[in-house]
Formats: sequence, C-alpha cells, structure tokens
Amino acid sequence: MSAIEITGVSKVYAGGVRAVSDVNLSIADGEFIVLVGPSGCGKSTLLRMIAGLETITSGTVSIGSRVVNEVDPAARNIAMVFQNYALYPHMSVYDNLAYGLRNRGVPKADIDARVAEAARMLEIEPFLQRKPKQLSGGQRQRVAMGRAIVRKPDAFLFDEPLSNLDAKLRVSMRGEIRQLQRRLGVTSVYVTHDQLEAMTLADRIVVLNGGRIEQVGRPLDVYHNPASTFVASFIGSPAMNLADAEVTNGLVAIGGQVVASGVSGVKDGQVIVGLRAEDIQPAAPGTGVPFAVRYIEELGALRLVHGSVEGRHLTMALSPDLPLADEIKVAVAADRLHFFEDGSGRRMTR
Amino acid sequence: MQTKRTVFGNRLLPYAFLLPQLAVTVIFFLWPATQAVIQSFQREDAFGLSTTWVGLANYADLLHEPTYLNSLKVTAIFAPAVTLLSVGLGLVFAVSLDRLVRGSRVYAALLVWPYAVAPAVAGIMWWFLFNPTIGLLPYLLAAVGYRWDHSLQPTDAMILVVIAASWKQVSYNFLFFMAGLQAIPKSMIEAAAIDGAGPVKRFFTIVFPLLSPTTFFLAVINLVYAMFDTFPVIHATTGGNPAQSTNILVYKVFVDGFIGLNLGSSAAQSVVLMAIVVTLTVIQFKWVERKVTY
Repeated sequence: MSAIEITGVSKVYAGGVRAVSDVNLSIADGEFIVLVGPSGCGKSTLLRMIAGLETITSGTVSIGSRVVNEVDPAARNIAMVFQNYALYPHMSVYDNLAYGLRNRGVPKADIDARVAEAARMLEIEPFLQRKPKQLSGGQRQRVAMGRAIVRKPDAFLFDEPLSNLDAKLRVSMRGEIRQLQRRLGVTSVYVTHDQLEAMTLADRIVVLNGGRIEQVGRPLDVYHNPASTFVASFIGSPAMNLADAEVTNGLVAIGGQVVASGVSGVKDGQVIVGLRAEDIQPAAPGTGVPFAVRYIEELGALRLVHGSVEGRHLTMALSPDLPLADEIKVAVAADRLHFFEDGSGRRMTR
Repeated sequence: MQTKRTVFGNRLLPYAFLLPQLAVTVIFFLWPATQAVIQSFQREDAFGLSTTWVGLANYADLLHEPTYLNSLKVTAIFAPAVTLLSVGLGLVFAVSLDRLVRGSRVYAALLVWPYAVAPAVAGIMWWFLFNPTIGLLPYLLAAVGYRWDHSLQPTDAMILVVIAASWKQVSYNFLFFMAGLQAIPKSMIEAAAIDGAGPVKRFFTIVFPLLSPTTFFLAVINLVYAMFDTFPVIHATTGGNPAQSTNILVYKVFVDGFIGLNLGSSAAQSVVLMAIVVTLTVIQFKWVERKVTY
C-alpha cells in the first residue's frame, strides 16, 4: 500500500499528439481515485503511465517514495484490471490467478493459500478449474479482480473494468468493487467515462478534459461546485442546464426575462448561468417565469420536463404527482445558481 | 444459425451451376485417382500391349524393394525437417517483425516475396548457390574448412533439398503467424508484463500457447506440402541422388512410373503415399482437437 504522486506529467505521442498535459495529482495511501472524462481526454493514457505500459514524456510518477518513470511494469508492484479482462484463455482460473505469483517465485503452498483466499472473497471457488471461456461475463470480471488481489499490490489500477457488463451487473459489481477496496484498503486508480460510476465509487473524482485536469474533488463537492461549464455538464444526470445570462444589479436575466433576483457577489455583465434540473421548480401562484414544455421523460420516481425559457433549452426534474400544463410558471432559487465566466467557462467566485 | 435458401424456378438450373466445378473435380481429381487405384492392381507388359490383373502383388513387392524402403526413410527425414525448418523460421520472422515499431510493412512485403517464386526456380537458385564449382556458399564453407559437395555427399544433398524446399514455405508460414500474433489482444501481453513475466517468459507461456492452433494447422499443411509438392525442388536440384539419398516418395513415384515405365508399382506407391498423408492429417487433427483448443 502506497501513496501515488504525479508531478507535471505530460504525454506526447510520436506523431505530436498531446494526450496528457502537465498533470499534477497526489493520491493518498488507500484512497480511491476515479479518473473520469469523455473518450480521448487522456484518462487511460494517464493510468497506463502509472502502470508503466506507456512511457512518460515529461514529469515524474512515484509510487510510495520511489520514482518509477524508468521502472518496468512488473517491478512497480501494481495490479491492473483491463476492460476486456485480458484473462489468459489457455489457462484455468486457478492458473490465471497463480501466474503472477509463480513468476515472482512465491512458494507453492503460499500460492495455494492466496488463490484460495482471493477465490473465497470473490466467490469464484467453484470455477477454479474452469477455463475463462466457460465463464459468464460477471464471473470473468471476478477472476480479473482476483488476479489483481492475489498479488497484494501497492495499488490497483482499473481501466473501465465494468463497461463490458450489462447494466444490472454493472451496478452490483460497482458495489462489490467499492466494498472490496474499502476492506483491502489498497490505493486505487479507476478510469471510467461513466460519471455515475465516478460519483458512486470515488473518494475523490478527477475530471479530465483534453489531457488536462478540470477539477479534483470529493464527488459531492464536484457535483455542487463544478469548477467549469465542462464539469457542470459532465457530472450529474440530467446534465446541468447552462444558459447565457445577463447580470445587472443582482438581477439575473435569460433572454431579457428576469429569472432570479438578489444575487450578490457577481459582477454585472454577460455570464453563463448553470441550474441543476432539480433546482427549477413550479412557482407560487401569480409569480414565476413562463416555461414552454416541449416533451416529458418519465423516470418513475422522477419526471424530466424538457422545455424552454425565452428560447433557451432547459430541463427540470419534477415530482411525478404535480399536475402539468403546456406552459407553466417556474421559479429558481437565487442561491442555487452557478455562475461561469462567459468566455473561459471557469466558475466565478461569489 | 438461419440458413438462406434460394429457390430456383427451373429444377435443372442448380445442377447446371454445379456442373463446371463438378467437371473439374471429376476430370482432374476423381478420374486420375481412380485410374491410379485401378492401375495399382495391374501389371503392364514391356511394350504396353497387354495388362494383367495382379491383385495386391504391386503392394507386396514394395515391402521387399530396398529402394522403396530407403525412400520411406528419406521421406521420414525430409518431410519433418522441412516442416520444422519452415514453420520455425516463419515463427521467428513473425515474432521479430511483431516487435518492430518502424518499417514492419517493408519487411513483411520482402518476406512474402519468396512465395511468388516457382518451386523449380527456387530449386535452381539454391542449386547455384550451393554448386560446388561455381556456388558462393561452398566457397564460404571452404573458408571454414568444410568441403561441400551435394553431388557426392548424401548429407549435403539432403541439407540442400531441405533448405530449397523450406525457403518459399517460410513466407507462407510467416503470413499465418503474423495474423495469429495480431489476433492476440495487446492487453493480454500487458497483463502478463504486469504479472512479472519478461519477454521470453511471455512468449513461451502466453504467446506460443495462444498460437498453437496456427502452429498445428501449419504443421499439417507443411507436412503435406513436403510429401506432395516438393517434386519440382528435387527434380531441379539432385534428381533424387546421390545414391537415392534424396529420392523422396513422391519423386520415386515419378521416376518409377515415367522414367522406369513401371506404371503398376508407381500407382501402388502413389496410393500408399496418399494413405500416409491422409492418416497423418487425421491423427494430427484429432490430436489438435484434444490438446490445442482452449
């Protein structure tokens, strides 16, 4: 178990493509970090640089107190779970788990004990003599986890390990990974493009965009205080509503229509205003802003109402038992608004 | 799986479509094969005027004929040697190329070229290279004290035909191994690297086992090639000499039948050869099914 320190790390590929730019990140011992971002944001490249599968163009990665830039993947004492599991198809489950231990010259009795322990933990004991081909997707996923666990590594690296599973299995495996990591207390770095996975698994989320870190923070901090419009639109489902707005003397207007008043600490001028779907609610009788309903998505516990205010598309989340009309009046709490700079999209401090 | 059925309006039309392929198969394969089987039970007189039915006499004679038994022995060395050399080199080239970052396309193209060379031409080329009088290789071998002469030394002759016969097969095997290597997911190799296996260990514990279906397929193909298709190589280089030392079964079929005009014995030999190859193929594929699939 070790802390991981990433200092000024960049990756430039031979063709000149810049995949990761100047990333700084301190991962504490035992922490569960989730790297999240759209495809091509550099999250996998960053993970592979920690694993040693990708060379580091500049900067340093250290595991424990040791700089590992020039250390072979095998000598970094990390374990990785791959998206396609990468199980060895010609070996039994037992041999898959034992392979890494045998390569390190662990005595046979020890191997037996450690494989048995991992198999019990993951409930794959009945399959130890089977070949990966004879297992279901979820079972293969467990074997891949087992292969990481038996090694007792300093860190677990996960590269979108759940994306090949069906939706239901993904949710249950997500929970198991979380519990397992808590129980073992091993530092973990987990890559995903699924913001929900990031929210539910992480101690801290790292949002990446275009090879740079947009924001690092605890899931709820990132959700409630997104550092940029990118993070605001990426974290949370449905995505945060973003609209051009004008601030004058504490009044916030979307397309000339004043939606909130009494906003303090925001300079007058053009901004991008962000509103969570659940923060837009029907207004008290006689007040509010007209909201033209376009279509409705029923989620059961929640109803997503898509519509517009002054031509700007907005989504609100309502309780399904509220009555609906084609045009309703809505209100927004001023303290629930997020303000971003018009050009850069960075969050404005209030 | 759902099968797609085409319904023809005319009942004869499907047969007409099949006819060209069937005609080729019957005329160039079934008919000669049947002829060979029939001839193997017959004996023709020296002038080709009469044939007599002799039953299994041609086959029985083979068992007592020293040159035929010698030919069996020669083939038992030649065919496995060609298979081992061409499959081995194909694998070595494919693995080397797989590790290459730059220029692999150029190397791949160059490595495939030999396959386009006709076997007889390949034979002649190696014959020249190894020619004791004008060849380059005997000159170099002489420098290290070896006197190469494949026209007198049976071992030299065998080495020459094995190299000449393997040379172009290497290209073929290389292509299959390349495809096989590309089919192995990169993440599996990376997983093995993280699991602490070095490049050599990775090759023997992961890559080679995963290539085993390809390897066994190629072993069968090359063995059949060495037994059947190497006639031009022998013909262009040693002609089965010196002292019958490179007279493999398929070449002896030709010599006995078309030079010696002993059609009955030649036919019997070709039937035996066919039986040997069929048996080997069946055994190998049975073994492959049991051992190689994963």
